[in-house]
Amino acid sequence: MREAASPILILAVTMNFVALGSSNLKACIRAAALQGFFVSIFPLFFSTEPTVRLLGLVLVAGVVKAFVIPRMLVRALREVHIQHEVDLYLGLVPSVLLLAVGTGGAALFASHLPLTTSHRDLLVVPVALATVFAGFLLLTTRRKAISQVTGYLILENGIFVFAQLLHEAMPTLVEVGVLLDLVVGIFVMGIVMNHIQREFGSLDTERLSELRD
Amino acid sequence: MLLLGLILLPLLAALVALLTPSARVRPLVVAGTAPLHLAGALAVRSRDAIFGGWFAADPLGRLVLVVVSLLFTLCALYGVDYLRIRKERDNRVFCVCLLTFLSMTTAMTMAQHLAVVWVAVEGATLSTAVLIYFNHNARSLEAAWKYLMIGSVGIALALLGSLFVAYAALHGTSGDESLLFGALLDHADRLSRPWLRTGFVLLLVGYGTKMGLAPMHTWKPDAYGEAPGIIGALLAGGMTNCAFLALLRVYRVMQAAGEGAFARELFLGFGLLSMAVAAAFMSGQRDFKRMLAYSSVEHMGILVLGIGVGGVGVLGALLHVVNNALTKVVLFLSAGNIHRAYGSKSVDDVSGALRRVPVSGALFLAGFLAITGSPPFGPFISEFTILTGAMSGRHFVAASLFLAFLVVIFIGMGSTVLSVVQGPVSPAGERTAFRDSFSKTAPMLVALAMVVVMGVWIPDAVMDLVGAAARMLEGVS
Repeated sequence: MREAASPILILAVTMNFVALGSSNLKACIRAAALQGFFVSIFPLFFSTEPTVRLLGLVLVAGVVKAFVIPRMLVRALREVHIQHEVDLYLGLVPSVLLLAVGTGGAALFASHLPLTTSHRDLLVVPVALATVFAGFLLLTTRRKAISQVTGYLILENGIFVFAQLLHEAMPTLVEVGVLLDLVVGIFVMGIVMNHIQREFGSLDTERLSELRD
Repeated sequence: MLLLGLILLPLLAALVALLTPSARVRPLVVAGTAPLHLAGALAVRSRDAIFGGWFAADPLGRLVLVVVSLLFTLCALYGVDYLRIRKERDNRVFCVCLLTFLSMTTAMTMAQHLAVVWVAVEGATLSTAVLIYFNHNARSLEAAWKYLMIGSVGIALALLGSLFVAYAALHGTSGDESLLFGALLDHADRLSRPWLRTGFVLLLVGYGTKMGLAPMHTWKPDAYGEAPGIIGALLAGGMTNCAFLALLRVYRVMQAAGEGAFARELFLGFGLLSMAVAAAFMSGQRDFKRMLAYSSVEHMGILVLGIGVGGVGVLGALLHVVNNALTKVVLFLSAGNIHRAYGSKSVDDVSGALRRVPVSGALFLAGFLAITGSPPFGPFISEFTILTGAMSGRHFVAASLFLAFLVVIFIGMGSTVLSVVQGPVSPAGERTAFRDSFSKTAPMLVALAMVVVMGVWIPDAVMDLVGAAARMLEGVS
């Protein structure tokens, strides 16, 4: 099973580029959802002996990351009639290039972090760092609230990948941390998005620019 | 048992507030709970522990717990009258979230486990996001969105940092991978250094975002500017101090692992940068509530700077935790009163506060003098102690920059504060019927009296509390 783990991670990293490289918001959300699916099934291939707890985590994470939240975002998209991200703070091409540099940097940095023997042949750390970076880029360079929430989703995917290194040793920590962060963070953001939409009639955070120095 | 009670009491009170139908009674539930909590917080002794040591009282935690509880009590007493004049807004959610915030911060101060700290900070963040949105208008929504967005990224990075520290334990030690701070301290020499260092940087950025250290401070001016003054005080003196405590707990592990110097350099850098950013944005600031936000950025910088210079600077920083929190009560609540009296928080509309609301105006002025480090107020003593620490630690560049920033900030903040309090009453002041009253000023007077006492003669009980916490931080180095 383990030989399939690395290809899955590579697929997950590819989704970073798809999400950052498309101005179509639906494509961006789909990429994040697909990535959510890949990182959620990753533990099945990574773990040496899958336990019931692990299966539970895979199931919950998969449903939330790949279906529930993306569906929520797509529905929000439909309600506000927006399809494309325009006027990015940083253009599509520069942001993809920056992501490429960041991904390389993540690989380089990860090579300096020592791993225990059983984790050594895997791409977990570089993929996790690169994905966190991609989420961060999306969060900071896009104007629409939906893009920013998608960025947060991708950032969470990165953390989820890394957390798998610790699942066997400290399962409770990983489960509580990852799920609480994801569910609470995104649902609260969902509520705020709802308020933004009612207040401004749009989900463009550029409208949220009254407060500045 | 007492610890469990302190965490559960506010939650129970939150339930009561939720079920109370009368908007007049709910603030009284909050104000009634707070002194009980404070009495309990003062009675906590350092050996108390529950849940197999997941929550335990130690000197550092006790210090922050007492400060937060005292701050909350002063704000809750003020809140009774404040919520009475804000009849147009339903206060049910507000009161429930206030009490949840108290419970979460209490749990955070006692948490002895890396992951429990994180969960408690997350809980406190969510409850404060709702509090910032109290006014339910476009501006407060924008502030809450930014707070939540930036805060969530910070929290996510703190989670990643915690996982990195966990991996440091997994990689380095054989068998015992407990994330209790006690266990981490015991095995500190066996923790994997690269993971620990990277984890610390992530935790510093993550919890630093919650503290509002520059350059992760960008949520602060908006949140403090738009939230009611009472929330500004609770964030500036409560939430930020809890995040600082989280960093101190991780710093102890770094020290025990022999990485103290690395951590102190980072603290020093972030401290000076925060002061520089505050100095730059404070001069010419037209909005006096946003000005207070930058003042908070400055003082968070001073806190980490004190730890960064080491030596007696540590004692100074911990004294400053107390002084900053109390002074922020005076500043935020008086600014809130002035805001109410004029219906504006812009220097362009507000002048003559000393005539319009004499007590609040005078308190705002006194708060300004106190926070900028003028004698005879407490911050003077703590900032002077940090300076002494910097000089005796031979951090001469940091010491001179520290002094230079303090001067620039004094001048910048002074011009804004003086134009608010001095002169004839501006036309905006005639528009509202707001008057100073006993209940709207007494909590600030109490806080100011404490700040003066802290500057003239620090009571033995306070010195014991702060001294024990400082010894805990210096114990290993």
